[in-house]
Amino acid sequence: MTVPAASHRHLTTRIWRSLRRNPSLFFMPALLAASLAITVAIHPQFSDFDLQSLAMGALPLAFAAAAQTVVVIAGGIDLSIGSVMAVANVLAASTMEKASFGQSLLLAVAVLMAGMAIGALNGLIVVLSRIPDVVATLTSGFIWGGIALVILEKPGGGAPQEFLNLGTGTLFTPWLPNALVLLVAAVGAIWIPLRRSKLGLQLYAVGSDRIAAFRSGVNIDRTRFAAYVFSGLFSAVGGLGLTMTTGIGAPLAGVYYTLSGLGAVVVGGISLAGGRGGMLGPVMAAFVLTLIPTDLIFLNIDPNFGQVIQGTLIVVIVMIGGFVDKERSRK
Amino acid sequence: MTEQGKTVFSRAVAAVTGGGLVSLLRTRTIVVLVLLLLALVAGIELARPGTVNALWASNMMLFAAPLGIVAAGQTLVMLTGGIDLSVANVATASAYLMATHSGLGVAPAILYGLGVGFVVGLINGIGVALLRVQPLVMTLGTGLMTEGILVVYSQKKMADAPRVPQFIEDLGAGKSLGGIPNDLIVWVPVAIILIFVLRRTGYGRLLYAIGDNSNACRLAGIRVWRILLLNYVTCGLLAAAAGLIIVGGTNSAELRLAEVYLLPSVAAVIIGGTSIFGGRGGYSGTIIGALILTVLNSILTLLDVPESVRQILYGTIILLLAAAYTRLTD
Repeated sequence: MTVPAASHRHLTTRIWRSLRRNPSLFFMPALLAASLAITVAIHPQFSDFDLQSLAMGALPLAFAAAAQTVVVIAGGIDLSIGSVMAVANVLAASTMEKASFGQSLLLAVAVLMAGMAIGALNGLIVVLSRIPDVVATLTSGFIWGGIALVILEKPGGGAPQEFLNLGTGTLFTPWLPNALVLLVAAVGAIWIPLRRSKLGLQLYAVGSDRIAAFRSGVNIDRTRFAAYVFSGLFSAVGGLGLTMTTGIGAPLAGVYYTLSGLGAVVVGGISLAGGRGGMLGPVMAAFVLTLIPTDLIFLNIDPNFGQVIQGTLIVVIVMIGGFVDKERSRK
Repeated sequence: MTEQGKTVFSRAVAAVTGGGLVSLLRTRTIVVLVLLLLALVAGIELARPGTVNALWASNMMLFAAPLGIVAAGQTLVMLTGGIDLSVANVATASAYLMATHSGLGVAPAILYGLGVGFVVGLINGIGVALLRVQPLVMTLGTGLMTEGILVVYSQKKMADAPRVPQFIEDLGAGKSLGGIPNDLIVWVPVAIILIFVLRRTGYGRLLYAIGDNSNACRLAGIRVWRILLLNYVTCGLLAAAAGLIIVGGTNSAELRLAEVYLLPSVAAVIIGGTSIFGGRGGYSGTIIGALILTVLNSILTLLDVPESVRQILYGTIILLLAAAYTRLTD
């Protein structure tokens, strides 16, 4: 009888260890489940329509969070994500207005390439200029914001209905919003191969200890550059998502997503020190952050309190994270 | 490049230039900044002769003062290796709260405004100094909170519209004694005190020490948290004071009033030669940085280009300046 007991203990230690190593792994699903439960509790008639609007609302934010996550894992930070999303958003909306569905798909690919190009420029700026990431991307974001305004001065434009349907419709049953499918498909298609590749490992290596990574033969500059390219790609997908869910292009709509996306990353349990964490936490956190204003509306409270709660949540979760880190380093 | 390679390189450069320019750039960055400022001014005068006169200079000082004051707080925080992303929200909230309480009289209204800076700065300080949250995240969170609370508050206050008192308007937009901007009454003392404190007092030296190596400071028995707490509170107060001057200049309290000051406040400090990793720099550089950015803004206004192009140019020039600077001083 000793063997099962031992393996049982082994399993417990393993769960305990992975929990300690990455608390967000268990914390985030729990937080998401809890906030969904709260939503259903205060709004019992929660319907397929509510699920759909939740997925639509969370779609751009989740991509913003994904974009930030790649850079943060590599030890940087990208404060230009919202502006890159805005560029992608207005680029799509201004070119697709009179396009057919087929053409708009081609244009979407072009927008993704543009996003990667902007990301590459961000990467070049950070790597070549040696300006700290925060300052470099804060400033470059200002420039991309200007470019979004050049492309489309006032909110407008549009896209064919079939294209919008990719983000607003449902698949098979009303309980499976296209937005959710798109999110899982896009993040999965980009992130899973990346994480399993050599580059993925290098991202984590550079983020956790740059000098150690350098001594193990990792090309630091190239890895950081690549992180920004992927950030640009995710931001562009987010911008397309914004076009799908809002139906128009708005040059200033993206700004909100820089800070909220970073918030989702932090709430999702990714340390800004870099080198740790995955994609699941931030994406789930995007749903939690989207649920907050929704719940406030259900409760008849001013949804603007949502931002207050968001800010508080970010600060509180980081404090808990810092406390856990301190306890861990004491052992 | 290795450390040795670097010295060889700089020696070679020194040999070529006679040790003049490059070592001047490295040791006396302030001189270079002043030269750059003068070059910009000369550029304006060449492009549009007659632009640069006493009125123009006094306008530049008037516009530079609020930026200089926000950047003063930012300098203090960045010297310790932090950053404050909530300054713009604090400035806006301070201006708005002051304007909605102007019925109580000028002094209480100003206290309300500065109170915002104190409270947000205190929360930032507690988070960063005591709970050791990364400054970027902490100030991002408090910035979001401040903005959210302000939006909710502004909707509640719809009935009595915000009004900017005459005193604040005079402070933010007025000039006296034949063209001296009134807002220098705030900026000049702030500058003198800050430069004195950073150069001549123990507190100033501690700021540099913490920015250089906060662990060493902690082990040396310095109560680092006290210094950091005081630092973030000061930064909040300075941002709030700047908000009052900004609203005096525009004469209308809006919810996005000071948003445009976040990037310049960081950029002025960086261009002024303060390292974002802490421990190096000072306020005199920031002052010149703020003046450079203000003159740059004035050039872009003279060019009369659309807001979007102006934004692109402004960002690009800041990037180029910061890049040149970072490469020189590294």
